[in-house]
Amino acid sequence: MWRRSPSFILDRHSSSSPPMADTTRVPFQNPDSISAYYQARAAHHGVISIDWLAQAKAAVGDVSADEQLNSTVADLGTEKSFNVIEEFNNWRKQPDLAEAVAAIRALAAVIRASEATTMMELEIELKKASDTLKSWDKTSISLTAGCDLFIRYVTRTSALEYEDFNSAKSRLLERAEKFGEISCKARKIIAMLSQDFIFDGCTILVHGFSRVVLEILKTAAQNNKLFRVLCTEGRPDGTGVLLSNELSKLDIPVKLLLDSAVAYSMDEVDMVFAGADGVVESGGIINMMGTYQIALVAHSMNKPVYVAAESYKFARLYPLDQKDMAPALRPIEFGIKIPAKVEVERSARDYTPPQYLTLLFTDLGVLSPSVVSDELIQLYL
Amino acid sequence: MDTRRGALAVPKVRRVGFFTSIEPPPDSQRPNRSQSGPVEATTSSSPLSNSPSGNLISPVLIPPSRHRSDNLTSRAAAPVPVPGPSAFRRHLAHDRSLHVGSYNPADSLLGTSPPSSIGEFSEDSVSLFGFQRSDSAKLSSSFPNGGFDLTLAVRAPQESESRIANSSASQGIKKNVEVSGKSETVTTQSKKEKESKSLKEKTSKAERRAIQEAQRAAKAAAKGEGSRRAEDSGRANPGKAAKQPQLKKEKLPVTSSVSEKKAAVEKERKMDVPQTQMQYDDKNRVEKAKKRAVVEQTESKNKVELFLHLPQYERGNQLLNLSSNIFTLDTIHHAVYKVGLLHLAGDISGDNARCIAMLQAFQEAIQDYTTPPKKDLTMDLTAKINGYVSFLIECRPLSMSMGNAIRFLKNQIRKLPGNLSESEAKASLCSEIGRFIGEKIVLADKVIVQHAVTKIRDGEVLLTYGYSCVVEMILLYAHEIGKKFRVVIVDSRPNLEGQKLLRRLVTRGLDCTYTHINGISYIMREATRVFLGASSIFSNGTLYSRVGTACVAMVANAFSVPVIVCCEAYKFHERVLLDSICSNELGDPDAIANIPSFRTNAKHSKTMENKKNLQYLNLMYDSTPSEYISMIVTDYGMIPPTSIPVIVREYRREHLLL
Repeated sequence: MWRRSPSFILDRHSSSSPPMADTTRVPFQNPDSISAYYQARAAHHGVISIDWLAQAKAAVGDVSADEQLNSTVADLGTEKSFNVIEEFNNWRKQPDLAEAVAAIRALAAVIRASEATTMMELEIELKKASDTLKSWDKTSISLTAGCDLFIRYVTRTSALEYEDFNSAKSRLLERAEKFGEISCKARKIIAMLSQDFIFDGCTILVHGFSRVVLEILKTAAQNNKLFRVLCTEGRPDGTGVLLSNELSKLDIPVKLLLDSAVAYSMDEVDMVFAGADGVVESGGIINMMGTYQIALVAHSMNKPVYVAAESYKFARLYPLDQKDMAPALRPIEFGIKIPAKVEVERSARDYTPPQYLTLLFTDLGVLSPSVVSDELIQLYL
Repeated sequence: MDTRRGALAVPKVRRVGFFTSIEPPPDSQRPNRSQSGPVEATTSSSPLSNSPSGNLISPVLIPPSRHRSDNLTSRAAAPVPVPGPSAFRRHLAHDRSLHVGSYNPADSLLGTSPPSSIGEFSEDSVSLFGFQRSDSAKLSSSFPNGGFDLTLAVRAPQESESRIANSSASQGIKKNVEVSGKSETVTTQSKKEKESKSLKEKTSKAERRAIQEAQRAAKAAAKGEGSRRAEDSGRANPGKAAKQPQLKKEKLPVTSSVSEKKAAVEKERKMDVPQTQMQYDDKNRVEKAKKRAVVEQTESKNKVELFLHLPQYERGNQLLNLSSNIFTLDTIHHAVYKVGLLHLAGDISGDNARCIAMLQAFQEAIQDYTTPPKKDLTMDLTAKINGYVSFLIECRPLSMSMGNAIRFLKNQIRKLPGNLSESEAKASLCSEIGRFIGEKIVLADKVIVQHAVTKIRDGEVLLTYGYSCVVEMILLYAHEIGKKFRVVIVDSRPNLEGQKLLRRLVTRGLDCTYTHINGISYIMREATRVFLGASSIFSNGTLYSRVGTACVAMVANAFSVPVIVCCEAYKFHERVLLDSICSNELGDPDAIANIPSFRTNAKHSKTMENKKNLQYLNLMYDSTPSEYISMIVTDYGMIPPTSIPVIVREYRREHLLL
């Protein structure tokens, strides 16, 4: 019975055991210490800083290096893994497509290309592919969650339900296609659900650029709700600037704050909205650096903190404190030269414990943080 | 002080709602206190114990959600249930017309008074009903001098009707008095009418005695078919006694069939209701249990009032003769007997060890089991196992995990396909037990270790309390795979289990710090993680573990150190626990009374032993509220304490069916 528990740790352990996986993985280890996830996000947001330009150059170089490596490996005969990451990066270039969906589409491509003749073979192949994907970017939670979710689905839809392997395969493909739609739909659902919480004359503090939060605000504006938005600046990516730009296009009154001015302006705020990189098992969230801080301030001033997150961001992780997760590093540009001996905190995200969150808006409904774990248990066990 | 005493009295008063006994008030050992009223009322729950002070306390209590017949009146006189006010009023119509025999549906509530007392009353339920029939006017109508009684019968209900508004308690007494149906009571009754209300409630000793006698007479009359026996017992009023059986005979067929039905219903309900722990402050049940008991334990003398409902025995004196008759016993298998003795002596500690020992003993017992002729394996084996379990309970109260394991075993027995031969059935049961041990305990521990190790980083200081075998496995494994960390072991008297852990860790080369729980607030600032074991986790996330755990968790919380609880999923329990009082275990009071290094030990303890105003409390477990727990590591992964009900709900079936 315990075998059925897809305990992520055990999975990881078992995945590291086959030597094949090891040889394939090493070349695909993201060579830069910069989180690939954040590279992609920066690309989507199109915020170009000096730093970013340099970063982009480096990234391009990396990709070419990757491709070279890939081609060399491909010559060695491991085409599958090459396909996966390529495919994934292709999908990821679409700005509206979530990372998890891109991962699932990439895995679907694996199924399509697969020459497996039994379900077991296919499963093993998929597992390998997803492991490669996961290890390629360990910092992205939704990538990991998406892969896990799809693998879970595949193992659950055993061939027992279908007499013939091909029909099962096509069903899996169908499912993968559907995932993309679901992800788009999820944002709509969340936007609809959250409308009840936005009332006329309220002031909303938003941290970070989240597509879901943007969708919520957009829908609220379309419903002729009168509200004001305060955006944090969101250094160093300037995500807040981007969001305020989007909002002003929708004629929503918006005010830009320094990240350090949150406590100062908290008294005029009615609610805090945040997106999430990942929702962890405790019901807390992992999100852009600064969310924890804002949640703490809001909690101490008794303001509700609402998190908007699609259900595919639910991850089987359980950080106990801030340092208890793989750090996603990013470049930070201070404008002036920093002495070599000075250390810079480059972590891009933090963990907000569940007791500081009021509600989570997900496509499964409006949940309290403790329900997340229930959903996860039902999903994964 | 006074308020505290009042608070202490509450659980005991609550007991009144569920249990009653006809026993006289307990010995005068209890010191006289200013508030002894409620205490007296509860312990001496004779029908007349309904003193005003007892009534005063009752509004504070949580009213047990029971039938309406189970109000104060019937509660007070539970051994001989009397109809509640409504039932009584309905009786009046019959009484006035002197109509005797009809079955009153309101009576049906009587039999279902407190379910806890069902067990005792079901055997003589017929007699009970007979007695109820012969209630008040019906009884008196059978008096030889009918004219006088008739007036009484009419008068009495009127009286009580007016009193219903005033106090239901006094009514109960009144009725009991009426029930006694004696000429003396008539006089007292008329006297009572004149007296003030408070005086009424104080019945004299003679009256009480008369009532008891009458009750006994009625019972005997109902039981004995022959009228002679009834005559013997009802010596005070031969006329009445002679007539009573006649009445009974008329009604017997009706009542017996009804009671049969009721018994069936009750049985069903009993199956539904989860078995509750025996309340050891309930004299009746304790007496019954003692008769059945294999292990003769002497109860310790000075018990703490708040924990009277838990068994507390003096240890060590019966072990020798018990172990000597290991070969003479035939009702209990020797393997089970051995495990029981080990439990009694405290040689096995730790929930997993106890559970495994018990299951292995059962395995052995099942292997040696042969179905007696003309008996069904399923039924007989279940009964056998029940016997073993009650023996084990006598030795030491079961832990929650053992309860779960027993439930699993019984389920397996019940599920056995009928077409299996005896040897096949035995083999399958044994293998199922083996599987339970293997999967639910041994493998689960391995999975927990794998999970928990991911939460240990280099350079951490892990704090643990007492001894938990899972925590030990985690620490050793983390050391094995080369993590660099330090361990702080917090320990407490009297068991000093932490020393065992300390010894094992130090021999394996781990860096350890050993301290007692007194130093917890100092040492906690060093710790970065707290690992705790568990005896059980309840569905509201409450952790039930070795006493002192709550203290450690709370201090950790105050220092914002994450608390990680390691617990196998078979220890989860669907019940809800709010405090450490309801379900707990009392250890040997001598263990805390005697300090090993204390020189004048013997002399000291002897002088202290005889002190009446000294009570030792050696609690074994305490409960930690879920808000102090950051994470629970189980075989299903790492979950927050709020998710325990999900695991219990989703996997209970699997638990049982496996």
